[in-house]
Amino acid sequence: MIDWKAIEVALPLLAKGSLMTLRVSVAAGLFACLLGITLGLLSLTKNEVMPRIVTGYVDFIRGTPLLIQIFLVFFALPALGIRFDEIWAGTIALGLNGAGYVAEIVRGVVGSVERGQREAALAIGMVESQILVYILLPQSIRAMLPPLTNELITLLKSSSLLSVISVYELTRAGQAVISIYFAPFEIYALIAIYYYVIVKVLSTLSRWVERRLPAW
Amino acid sequence: MSVPLLRIEHLGKHFGERAVLRDVSMTVDQGETIAIIGPSGSGKTTLLRCINQLEQPTSGAVYLRETPIGFRMTAQGMKKPLTTRELARQRHEIGFVFQRFNLFPHLTALDNVAIGPTRVLGLNRRDAQKRAKEQLERVSLGEHTSKRPNELSGGQQQRVAIARALAMEPKLILFDEPTSALDPELVKEVLDVIANLAEQGMTMIVVTHEMRFAEHVASRVLFMDQGCIVEEGPPKEIFRAPRIDRTRQFLSHLLYS
Repeated sequence: MIDWKAIEVALPLLAKGSLMTLRVSVAAGLFACLLGITLGLLSLTKNEVMPRIVTGYVDFIRGTPLLIQIFLVFFALPALGIRFDEIWAGTIALGLNGAGYVAEIVRGVVGSVERGQREAALAIGMVESQILVYILLPQSIRAMLPPLTNELITLLKSSSLLSVISVYELTRAGQAVISIYFAPFEIYALIAIYYYVIVKVLSTLSRWVERRLPAW
Repeated sequence: MSVPLLRIEHLGKHFGERAVLRDVSMTVDQGETIAIIGPSGSGKTTLLRCINQLEQPTSGAVYLRETPIGFRMTAQGMKKPLTTRELARQRHEIGFVFQRFNLFPHLTALDNVAIGPTRVLGLNRRDAQKRAKEQLERVSLGEHTSKRPNELSGGQQQRVAIARALAMEPKLILFDEPTSALDPELVKEVLDVIANLAEQGMTMIVVTHEMRFAEHVASRVLFMDQGCIVEEGPPKEIFRAPRIDRTRQFLSHLLYS
């Protein structure tokens, strides 16, 4: 039998958890985009050092589990005297993780703009940073949107991992209900539906934006 | 005797083992229009690209009004490459028009022309746009300023590209086969613009396959083959009475007769 009582109790609590999930994801997503775009552009400069630093960073992010990265920020940094509450630690960890993947997206898309564009910009006397910001990046935005959306969706779903450092987000909120009513089937199914709806809204929104961006 | 605008000294360029330019030397005086002709693979485009350092020469040097481009001499007499910022300052004095236009597709015609004056020369937005408008009018595109490149024909796009070069007020403009990517009926409008510039005294080097254009507009024609300048002279001489066999052979292959 379905435990309707548990569901009734869970609906508003999960909604509250969803708000936290959204809050953390939006903040981490913005941070990931800003840092990721910066890192991606730096990796395309002719500088001797920067591209290597970025490669190293991306390599670390991709080569280690997100859960461990979360633990590093939440448990390991305090040992060095850097302390965040669980919400900030989680947001920062997610953001740092996302930035690595966003950097790769930016590097791939911006780096594949036709070579003639860079040469035309060089020929009128532009320097590297101007070419990246005024010529190559604007031409890449439309092509970057689908992979960036993917990355944001991944990030949002990964935020469920923050339940282990007791951020009261969607997954954690559900687990709290389960521990009282012991209705794992109902509640986990409900959690899945909540995530699904949020992701659906996000991907629809992204497709809507993509259609409205000019194509050349 | 005044100094030449451009002096090229023993320029060489290798791509790996392959020598694309071998020991090219030439000078260009203020106001000259030089046409470079020759078979494909003869190094014409590479020569142009080495002049504004889109390609780094393997050996030799290029001087604009006796200032070396892309390097400076140290006190010990060694060549020291310029920083990218210094090189960019030199590049904006040399316009470059590409075979495939290379307009910025996300910008309007006006912004394609204005972006250099704004970002490189530091003009404010209004002055840059005013200058851009003037240059677009100069290439008869005053009515198309707000169109994006994909709304323009090939000939119009190439004229925007010429306006983009002109807006930087260059001392010299290099044209790399400016009409080779165009439909035949669009070639003339571009060549007319270049001919006009020649009349106005702009110094230009034009790599071209348009022999009639070279004959009528150029003050001097260079024939290149296998990375060398084989023959040079006034257009009449080169086209009517070439001295070198290779030149004669090349020209005879061009005409259907």
